[in-house]
Amino acid sequence: MDALQLWISTALTLCILSFLWKDNPLYKLAEHLFVGISAGYYIALAWQETIRPNLVEEVARGNWIRLGAAILGVLMFTRFVPKISWLSRWPLAFVVGMYAGINVIAFASGDLILQLQSTMVDVVHDGWTAVSNVILVIGLATSLIYFYFSKEQKGALGVVSRIGIFFLMISFGASFGYTVMSRMSLAIGRTRELMVSPATTGILLLAVAVFLFVWGRRQRSTGEGA
Amino acid sequence: MKRAVPWLLTFVAGALMINDFFVPHRTHAAITQELQQWGLIVVAFTYVLGMANVFDLHFKKIRRGSSEALYSIVLVGSMLGMAALGIFHDHQGEHSPFIWLYNTVYDPLSATMFALLAFFITSAAYRAFRARSTEAVLLLSAAILVMLGQVPVGAAIWGPDSFLGGFPGLKDWIMDVPNLAGKRAILMGAALGAISTGIRVILGLERAHLGGGK
Repeated sequence: MDALQLWISTALTLCILSFLWKDNPLYKLAEHLFVGISAGYYIALAWQETIRPNLVEEVARGNWIRLGAAILGVLMFTRFVPKISWLSRWPLAFVVGMYAGINVIAFASGDLILQLQSTMVDVVHDGWTAVSNVILVIGLATSLIYFYFSKEQKGALGVVSRIGIFFLMISFGASFGYTVMSRMSLAIGRTRELMVSPATTGILLLAVAVFLFVWGRRQRSTGEGA
Repeated sequence: MKRAVPWLLTFVAGALMINDFFVPHRTHAAITQELQQWGLIVVAFTYVLGMANVFDLHFKKIRRGSSEALYSIVLVGSMLGMAALGIFHDHQGEHSPFIWLYNTVYDPLSATMFALLAFFITSAAYRAFRARSTEAVLLLSAAILVMLGQVPVGAAIWGPDSFLGGFPGLKDWIMDVPNLAGKRAILMGAALGAISTGIRVILGLERAHLGGGK
């Protein structure tokens, strides 16, 4: 990482972290920069990874049929012309239909069948593993019953469904814990980056603090912060 | 033309993709592969459409000279700059300006944005989580055990060599058994939902993506 890179990335990190105090111009600036850079990045990728190799180079090679995709793509822009904006539904209809078809098969074979297959586990042998497997099967069955809304969940069904809720709650809690820890590890990573050059961080932190102090005072004097 | 063609396009594209799974014919496979390439290209065009929309929205703000105009200039400038660098220059080379900007601006900004969520998740959890019912106790306990199992201090309190594998062992068990059961149920429910929605879309029973209506 060169010096300029270090200064810029440290400054941007501090601008984002300044939101912990409150929403302020430095945060907004970094936020808008982030949106702009991300959008530009994905547009460039769309060109380099998809449009150029799959359309431009293919047409240049004589694969004229690909022009059909280009025409569909261009039709997207007819939404800017009110008179013919209905044409923009054509590419949308094509893409939605295509991905609906792909997903029907992908979800059926990749998720539904595969998950069912993976739940066909040994519940007899292997001591502790068998106990865990029994709990897994009971958990899956009861959780699925919780999602069964065609019958009122009371009586025996209600009890089973309540056990399903317990499993779902553990699942939500575990996901929450995992998410918190992954965010924490990102925060630690950023802090380590800031510690690469304490002098740079110190100077920029001071500059950010001075800016926020001056801006805060100005806000108070004009009554905008109220 | 306005309603029949989009429905027909949806139906033909969807039916061909489903058919592809059941018809192992070379010509059929070639057609679906070609159509999938078309789909990728059309989706790539939507990025450009998105860019045009963002540009339109922020250009109006800049022209009005509103107090937020500076931010709009930064957004539009960085978007156009980054896109131009990626399109007209090398987008993979280690020393290309595109990758330099990615490493210097995009990477730290996205990491810090997500890191910022750590503080908000924690403060929201502190305010919202109350062990008032059995369900809430289970949720809280699972969260705390998973967090303790992830960090070195958890292993220091109750290490992996102790009974049940300590906090790390307990965390692994929670993740692999009760968590997996709940996750699987959600995944299977979502798959069933996606399959039925997909079929409804292909059959034209669901037309929200075409602006709704009959």
